[in-house]
This record gives sequence, C-alpha cells and structure tokens, in this order.
Amino acid sequence: MDVRPEYDDLTIGVVALQGSFAKHAFSMGKLGIKSRAVREPEDLKLIDALILPGGESTTMTLLLEEEGLWEPMNEVLETMPVFGTCAGAILLGQQIDDERVRCFNKIDYIAERNAYGRQIESFKTSLIIPTMLDHDFHAIFIRAPKFREIKPSVQSLAVFGADPVLMRQDNVLVASFHPELTEDPGIHKYFVDEIVLNSR
Amino acid sequence: MTKELFEVKTGLAEMLKGGVIMDVTTPEQAKIAEQAGAVAVMALERIPADIRRDGGIARASDPKMIKEIQKAVSIPVMAKCRIGHFAEAQILEALEIDYIDESEVLTPADEANHIWKHDFKTPFVCGATNLAEALRRIGEGAALIRTKGEPGTGNIVEAVRHMRTITTEMANLSILKTDQLMAAAKNMGAPFHLVAQVAATGKLPVPNFSAGGIATPADASLMMQLGAETIFVGSGIFKSEDSEAMAKAIVQAATFYDKPDKLAEISEGLGKAMKGLDMIEINPEDRMQDRGW
Repeated sequence: MDVRPEYDDLTIGVVALQGSFAKHAFSMGKLGIKSRAVREPEDLKLIDALILPGGESTTMTLLLEEEGLWEPMNEVLETMPVFGTCAGAILLGQQIDDERVRCFNKIDYIAERNAYGRQIESFKTSLIIPTMLDHDFHAIFIRAPKFREIKPSVQSLAVFGADPVLMRQDNVLVASFHPELTEDPGIHKYFVDEIVLNSR
Repeated sequence: MTKELFEVKTGLAEMLKGGVIMDVTTPEQAKIAEQAGAVAVMALERIPADIRRDGGIARASDPKMIKEIQKAVSIPVMAKCRIGHFAEAQILEALEIDYIDESEVLTPADEANHIWKHDFKTPFVCGATNLAEALRRIGEGAALIRTKGEPGTGNIVEAVRHMRTITTEMANLSILKTDQLMAAAKNMGAPFHLVAQVAATGKLPVPNFSAGGIATPADASLMMQLGAETIFVGSGIFKSEDSEAMAKAIVQAATFYDKPDKLAEISEGLGKAMKGLDMIEINPEDRMQDRGW
C-alpha cells in the first residue's frame, strides 16, 4: 500500500469513549497516518477528520453528552469529514425512534439498530465494492444495523443482499460492518484519499 | 470451527471495549444499567454476594427472567452457565444470549472438563487466574477472557493478582527463544500453538477483561491501567448505597481511567460502596476462583 506524502500533515481523530476505537487507530497506522483519541472538546481542534467507531450507541450517546462533546462535535461535523462504523453509522443518521440514542443528522437515512438480530445472527461475508477496491472485502457484521428512508442524496457503495451496507453522502462515509476488524485498510484509505484529502 | 466464526465471536468483545458490563437480576436493574451507560448486562438470578451469603447450588437462570431482561434493554445480554454444564449452555444459546459466561460464580457441574466451546455459535467468556488457564479456555473456544478475581467480595486484591500474573507471564514468554516454547507449553499445561502466539505478539489472542471484586471507579481505573480492556461489575453496583450514581461513575471511569483529575470528579459523593469481604473472612473451600482449572 502506497504511503502518500500528503499523509504526513494529517491527523485523524477517533472518538475514544467506548468501542473499537483502538482498532481504527491501528488501521490508520497501517496506512502511515497519525490518529488522535478524541475524548474531550479540545481534541476536536487538533484533527482533520473524525472516525466514530463501533460500540454501543446508547453508551456513546451518554458519554458524548456527559463530556460536553455532543454539541461541539455536531458543529465541527457540519464541514469535517467523518467515517462512522456500525454504532457510528447509527449516530450519524437522522434521529431514530429511541430516546436512548441521540443522532447527528449528517446523512439522510434512519438506522434500525440490531436489525439482523442478536449476536447469534452476526456473520462474516465478502463484499464487492467496485468503486473503491479491486478485490473483495471481508466484512464482519456484529449485531449490525440496517437503514431505511435512504434519500437519493446518499450514494450506496456496497450492498449485502438488498441492503446498502457502505454509503457516502458528501463528506460522510458510513459502514454497517467493521472494516477496523479486518487486516485490509482499503476502506480507511478510500476515506482519507477520496474524502479527507479532497475536502482540504 | 472456521476462523471466520471466531472473528465474529471476538468481534462483539471488541465492541464492548472501554466499557462496563453489569450484573443485573431484574428488568428494572437492567434498565438502570443501560441508562447509566453499561455496554452489556449479565442476567443472573442472584448477584455473587448473595450467592455467597445464601449457599446452596447456584445454577443457570430461569429463561423467563432472561427473556424479560432481553426485552427490557437494547444492549447485549450475557448469562452464566455452570462450568462444564454444556446443556445449560445449549439452553442459553437457544435463548439467543449474546455471550455465555462459563462461570465459577455458579456451582461447577464437571470437575474434569470445561465446555467444548467451539461447538457453539454463541461466543463464550471464561475466567482465568493465570496465563495457562486463559490459554486452555481459549483452546476450548473461549472468545474472551476475564480475570476471575474473587466474586462477590468487593475486594479488588484477587483481580489485581490475576491480571498481574497474566501480564507478567505473557512478558516472560515473549523473551523466550523458539526452541524454548515447547518446554514452556509443557510446564504451563497450555496448548503449544497458543503459547507460541502469545510469545510472538506479547498479548492474548482474544480480548482481556477484568472481573471479580470491582466496587469503585478507582477499582475500574486500576484494572484498566493494569491491562484490562473492559470491566465486569457484579455485586459492586447493586450492593452500593446509590446504585445509579455508582453505575454511572464506573462507566465514566472506564473511559477516563488514565485521567486522575477526572477520576477525582467522578468519584465525588457517590455514597457508600459495597461493604465487601476481606480474603481472610472466606474459608478456603468457599473461594470461587479455585473452581475450574
């Protein structure tokens, strides 16, 4: 994988309140890109883009609010590129009908939590992502969400069955699975090359 | 079992990292736990402190109670089965429990054999007091390891001992040369391929959580600083004076475990933590950590 010189000045923030944040930082590290844990509002000033990891959306909502991060994050996400996986994808969508979770309304769909069922329905599969990768991507779905009321402003980049599982709207990239859990940093590279660097 | 399935099993544990898993006995407690920010709940009929007090045989919980808790919350629900009791585990799998804890808190069903966990699609968490025990459980298919500690005591000393033992033993393996690893595996009584893997990577092949005696935000911070990636709290929450405040504080402590100024804030005015038990008050035959091998 080629390390681009532009990577040197980049710092990708990873919301590190709870969940698979360390794995996202590891994926960025594989690309030779610096990452920074975001746990307090001040951290937002030191980053070029943000990752919202997988984890529990109820827990993340509480900690985001408790730490005074929700409002400042909502503000920076008006322009800052963001990549959300699983719980992160739920939080980036429009408000779901569940008061335990507070969404940022940055991409035009409504997520349905745990839509495939409980852990026993979790699975791994190969995805074809023609616009992004020249090889199949091994995608791990853990108690994954599905999405409904997807507006035309949202571009579907990969589907599993009939369901879009990787989507983009402007500077927002989301996956209902966990690219951070596989060895292949291809989707992270796409986020940086096509979204983060293009938005500068 | 395929590598794919194992990645799916450890994947859920990855999602629980930096969080707190709380023991609950009713749907109401489960809701309190979720509202406080728990990443998962452990559904059981009696918390360890009460099992210790009441005596008798502790078994897997009533499916009715488990189902009610599953209905009450959206976060993952775990449940315990007895060591070696694969029929209880099969029932828990039929209930679509998200993680099965083959637990020393319940009375063991088999003194020789733990469950062959590769046979299940549901992931298992198992307790360990040292590295060899952890690797035996992983060899049987556990997708997550936790320290045993001494459950139901509110006393952190055993969890610390177990975590320090595991990390020290991992460090010791990592300095060995390849030609020493078979002897190490023989002496430890652990599967060779896992011993070799730990020697190469310096860490467990599955996530490493902590349980058994955590009662305060400072306890959570201590275990995270010693290498735990997530905290199980059993009796520590619903045996404290103000359960809601304690639950919330321990959740925050798992995130800000390395920020003392923040922990000072979090720890303020929580009311009394659970009373707890000193190890000398426990008869050797009542030590839960010695159950299983």
